[in-house]
Amino acid sequence: MKTIEELNAIRERAKADMTVREDNTDVIRVVVGMATCGIAAGARPVINAFTNEIARRRLKNVSVSQTGCIGMCQYEPIVEVIEKDKEKVTYVKVTEDMVQRIVNDHLVNGNVVLEFTVGAIAK
Amino acid sequence: MFRSHVLVCGGTGCTSSNSEEIIKVLEEQLEEKGLQNEVKVVRTGCFGLCAVGPVMIVYPEGCFYSEVKVADIPEIVEEHLLKGRMVKRLLYDETVGTDTVKSLAETEFYKKQKRIALRNCGVINPESIEEYIALDGYQALAKCLSSLKPEEVIQIVKDSGLRGRGGGGFSTGLKWEFTAKTQADQKYVVCNADEGDPGAFMDRSVLEGDPHCIIEAMAICGYAIGASEGYVYVRAEYPIAVKRLEIAIKQAKELGLLGKNIFDSGFDFDLHIRLGAGAFVCGEETALMTSIEGNRGEPRPRPPYPAIKGLFGKPTTENNVETFANIPQIILHGAENFASMGTEKSKGTKVFALGGNIKNTGLVEIPMGTTLREIIEEIGGGIPNGRKFKAAQTGGPSGGCIPAHLIDTPIDYDNLSAIGCMMGSGGMIVMDDSKCMVDIARFFLDFTVDESCGKCTPCRIGTKRMLEILDKIVSGQAEMEDLDKLEELALHVKENSLCGLGQTAPNPVLSTLNFFRDEYVAHVRDKRCPAGVCKDLLTYYIDPKICIGCTLCARACPVNAITGAPKQTHVIDTDLCIKCGACMDACKKTKAVFLV
Repeated sequence: MKTIEELNAIRERAKADMTVREDNTDVIRVVVGMATCGIAAGARPVINAFTNEIARRRLKNVSVSQTGCIGMCQYEPIVEVIEKDKEKVTYVKVTEDMVQRIVNDHLVNGNVVLEFTVGAIAK
Repeated sequence: MFRSHVLVCGGTGCTSSNSEEIIKVLEEQLEEKGLQNEVKVVRTGCFGLCAVGPVMIVYPEGCFYSEVKVADIPEIVEEHLLKGRMVKRLLYDETVGTDTVKSLAETEFYKKQKRIALRNCGVINPESIEEYIALDGYQALAKCLSSLKPEEVIQIVKDSGLRGRGGGGFSTGLKWEFTAKTQADQKYVVCNADEGDPGAFMDRSVLEGDPHCIIEAMAICGYAIGASEGYVYVRAEYPIAVKRLEIAIKQAKELGLLGKNIFDSGFDFDLHIRLGAGAFVCGEETALMTSIEGNRGEPRPRPPYPAIKGLFGKPTTENNVETFANIPQIILHGAENFASMGTEKSKGTKVFALGGNIKNTGLVEIPMGTTLREIIEEIGGGIPNGRKFKAAQTGGPSGGCIPAHLIDTPIDYDNLSAIGCMMGSGGMIVMDDSKCMVDIARFFLDFTVDESCGKCTPCRIGTKRMLEILDKIVSGQAEMEDLDKLEELALHVKENSLCGLGQTAPNPVLSTLNFFRDEYVAHVRDKRCPAGVCKDLLTYYIDPKICIGCTLCARACPVNAITGAPKQTHVIDTDLCIKCGACMDACKKTKAVFLV
């Protein structure tokens, strides 16, 4: 290494790997239901898809975490998006294919993907 | 991309309570559940809260588990990492909120702390240079080499008001300037990691938790003073610190952050490690350099100071680990930022190794000027077992005691030396009212007598004679004039010794004589130890009014000094008694055995 640019490049790369450790309360929380029912319905590929998509887009204000059974096991995998001062959005029967749209439309652009929410699917 | 990071403390404290095994089982369990590509296990340096180790923190939740056992790991993996349900029973009490966990930074222990020297300890993997770089590592070195002249670097360090954290408290910037101004073909930077005070482990934790910051700071120092080589003198008893430092140096060399022509600036810097064999005197700067040179670790007279004639006879700057640990932050955030913390003459923060009779033993970093009361009652969580605070010992065998009535003293260099105490390297031993101050002074003097190198007479013979007087006092054979003799001898040793070891060795005696003279007088005149510690002055006695003749004490006595038939009063034969206290322990229920 001979330049500060090279140092900065390592810094940015390594920093992205460590965002998960930041103590930040002002973030959008993506919470995936991962009790037995959620895992059985395929929540693990979904949570990994979220982590990867968020890392790929280098979103800094989003955290991905798990939670237990929400109580609507028939609609698992369930993903909740919780934003400060906003109503909680619950996506149900989420698959890997839906993740990219949720990240793009909702997390990046702020438009809830209505057709994936519990209100639309549980009719 | 990992969705979760599990940080497990790999400091010496947690390692000794089995954190290595925890990491091993954790990795096995993750693999078994197929989570090894989703959850990353990171071995970090010390978190500071050693009292509740082994500790781990799970991100993104920021969930702090304490006193984790190997047997708890399957549950953590199954419940938390797989299913997302925190294991509540293992959470550190103070972080348990109503439905989420509170951040560690909000707990009493961390709330008042300000982490500069320890900023990366417990945060990064010390064996990964990338994680250090991610948190602005080597940016300070890059800044110095690309945009600052050596004089400017020295000016920043001078303006910051940073003083030597090894105990002396001399201005770091001035020290650098003296060496920079000396002309020579070769100069050296030395890092003093020969931490020898009983109960102190600040330097070890920095080296274990953040070795790269020491490398970076030493390179900056080398640039500022014109040195192309550095030595880290670290004790061989710190194997984890040595190993991580070796790894860090290797990584820095691979990336070209050590070696020739760093950042294409024409500046060369190389670093070596020297292991110390654990002699206390080698923490003294001239003895340390003599030891690096391959000779027996003995001090030499100053002047000439190391800045003129140091290691291998060349101009040398020697700083303590913690002093170096502050440097990159000062360069990055500016002298004013650093100088805004602390008191008028003591800037920045200080790390203390908190130990003794206190709830939260561990490592704390506080702004200078924090009072002893805040450290003990708030950060430290107070004195356990309902006992009362008696004194805090700082500076180890070179320091003194702060008695209870001075608990509101703001801690800084000058306040401490004003009360005959010393900042020292930062060991802080808290003592409750069950401790005998004469015995404490004797303990530390016993240590210095052992560790005196023997080169100069005041230290070699003076400390030995002082110890003999203290032995007389604790065994009840001293006269009142012995106290005056002790004090006179102490002042003599302090004035006339060659190096810092001898000059400060009498401090524990002088300080306890000053604040706890009544205890000395009780030992000498009344042949009594008020705290009930000094065995020779104690007599065990069974109160005939309380004794129910249960025979428990007689059966517990290892030397058959207790006589008495069942259901009759028992009596201790004081000539036979060896004062082991077994009878008192046996009589816990009836409480008929007393110390008089």
